[in-house]
Amino acid sequence: MHTIIMPKMGDAMEEGTLVRWLKQEGDTVAEGEPIAEIATDKATVEIEAPVSGVLRGISVAEGAVVPVNTPLAYILQAGESLPSQTDGKAGAPTSTATPVLAPAEMPTPVAAPSATTPAPTPAERGERILASPLARKIASEHGIDLAQIQGTGPKGRIVERDVLAFIEARKAAAPAPAPAVAPVAAPAPAPIAAGERVESLNRLRQITAQRTTEAYQTIPHFYLTIEIDMENALALRQQLNQINESLRVSVNDLIVKACAVALEQHPVVNARYQDGQLVHPDGIHIGIAVAVEQGLLVAVLKHCEGKSLRRIAQESQTLIQKARDGKLLPDEMTGNTFTVSNLGMFGIEQFTAIINPPASAILAVGATRRVPIVNDDGSIVPRQRMKVTMSCDHRVIDGAVGAQFLQTLKQVLESPMLMV
Amino acid sequence: MATRLYREAIREALIEELDRNPRMFLMGEDIGRYQGTFRVTEGLFQKYGPKRVWDTPISEPGFIAIAIGAAIEGLKPVVEVMTWSFALLAFDQIVNHAAKILYKSGGACAVPIVVRGPAGPGRQLAAQHSHSLEAWLAHAPGLKVVLPSTPADAKGLLKTAIRDHNPVMFIEHPRLYLTKGEVPEGEYTIPFGVAEIKRRGRDVTIVTYSRGVVLALHAAEQLAEQGIEVEVVDLRTLVPCDWETVFESVRRTHRAIALHDDWRFVGFGAEIAAQIQEHAFDYLDAPVLRVAGADVPMPYNKHLEALAVPNEQHVIEAVKQVLA
Repeated sequence: MHTIIMPKMGDAMEEGTLVRWLKQEGDTVAEGEPIAEIATDKATVEIEAPVSGVLRGISVAEGAVVPVNTPLAYILQAGESLPSQTDGKAGAPTSTATPVLAPAEMPTPVAAPSATTPAPTPAERGERILASPLARKIASEHGIDLAQIQGTGPKGRIVERDVLAFIEARKAAAPAPAPAVAPVAAPAPAPIAAGERVESLNRLRQITAQRTTEAYQTIPHFYLTIEIDMENALALRQQLNQINESLRVSVNDLIVKACAVALEQHPVVNARYQDGQLVHPDGIHIGIAVAVEQGLLVAVLKHCEGKSLRRIAQESQTLIQKARDGKLLPDEMTGNTFTVSNLGMFGIEQFTAIINPPASAILAVGATRRVPIVNDDGSIVPRQRMKVTMSCDHRVIDGAVGAQFLQTLKQVLESPMLMV
Repeated sequence: MATRLYREAIREALIEELDRNPRMFLMGEDIGRYQGTFRVTEGLFQKYGPKRVWDTPISEPGFIAIAIGAAIEGLKPVVEVMTWSFALLAFDQIVNHAAKILYKSGGACAVPIVVRGPAGPGRQLAAQHSHSLEAWLAHAPGLKVVLPSTPADAKGLLKTAIRDHNPVMFIEHPRLYLTKGEVPEGEYTIPFGVAEIKRRGRDVTIVTYSRGVVLALHAAEQLAEQGIEVEVVDLRTLVPCDWETVFESVRRTHRAIALHDDWRFVGFGAEIAAQIQEHAFDYLDAPVLRVAGADVPMPYNKHLEALAVPNEQHVIEAVKQVLA
């Protein structure tokens, strides 16, 4: 049995008109004999019988416009009968059913259907698409119409590998998505000029480059700066370090502890944005940016909620040492819900930092400096002051929320008894 | 660890439990003076005497009924059926009484019996003595159904069976009695309803039990040489059944085969296939296939019997079919 289909007469052709049948139902036809006339938008051509036999099961009326590859009729040989359904759903997917029709005339502007015309997919033949449940699920997750995929499983079933291959192919073929805001001038890489030296980046720097770019481009940042009086915190630190010389508490430890206290009071700052939802983590995990020889690392102090200052000091010393020795475990570098970056030791007064996901905020800590402060009574006194700037993910933190968090942080550092 | 034959491991479980529970006794045909048709009870009559190891007449309905009565009255009978095929005579006692009395008494009256013995083909026992009855037994609510595949499982599961307060149908396999395996030293039990992944693999999950596990593991070794990694899930108990382990495995491999000696038609493999498609449909990349016994009375002829029973080649072909 041979299926006569609406041939594809050119790349752009999607449908054709059946102008008239040259043979009628039940007629005997000889191989090569014209059996119908079809029209594309460019020409009218005849289709010929691919084999000799009897024309049966005419399913498309004269004048009808049908998509390419739609079965039109069948040519049966002795002993063969029509498939049970002849309503256009019965085109067999075997190679014998591929269009082998040649137009009787070859109008110049129309390309002849070549032998490489792809076999019609089941969807094109109007059949149920055979696909495994898994293939259907993956396709629907990726918004792929199964009709576009050629199955390679038993009976042409679309299986997982077919969908995955399709996704890969689509990825490879798709042009990079246009940026939402077109850059003024596409930054073409500058050519390497004479005298310039090229240095390949280590893995850490490559990752940093990639992550900071991604974070800065995808997270809507805004910044809040507050000045904090550090006299009391420094006095506390001095006392602690005099009492116990074996464990030195750093300014940074005080800040981390104060952040933990403030985060407990403002849990939104500890949360993160994910797929239109707010995710509240299982604890307060504070990342500490550590400069190491190879680049920048974030060591994550897990579960700071309720941890004592001394414990935070102890654990952060261990973590920072491990970071410098390149011995941090993956778990100790991930899952931060807040980040602290401190450049105070370099005399930097104030700076802004790029958020380090999955945290939604990063606190950039400047140097503690002795500055003149004008009291309410007009007297001028020297005080130890520190400026911090918090970068906030606006999807999670509004200005007021961030400001309240910083107020609490300021309060805790200025009255360090609140850390207890 | 000590190496034991499957039947030795069963015997060890019986000895340990006889020593532990003075109310427990064994009964069955030829288990005492003759020491058991498959030598499972070897030496037990000599050790424990006729009060704890009863030789019964050839009367399955009678002695299983006696066991049910003894269990109701507070004893712990562990009944051996020479083969499970003979237990067909006592199915009224098992299905209508052992499985139902707890229910019909409104929970007042438990029937803590164990019925154990071999079932399955492969020893030229012909059409009437080669039945695998697990699907029949699992079908009736009220019975627990256990099918160990290794000596260690046989021992740990039998001890659990003996301590259970419900009727437990403990189905051994005649082709496994002489298989060897490591058995943990000392006291241990294996809980019901906990499947064991006997081999890890990423490509296909074979869900099986009893002798099917041995077949699946052999097939898996051959397939591994061709780069196909088969996961073998040993259900160990069909009632209760650890479906979650099955689904978890299928969610990883996306393909499953059910394997057993029992007839394919309405066998336990049909239940496995049904459960998987109900609960892991979206993870399937191929239909769940069954590799099972031919739907014929078991031929006595050795060559015909071999054709009616699943073998490694059947498993390998099925694996390739689901991977096509």
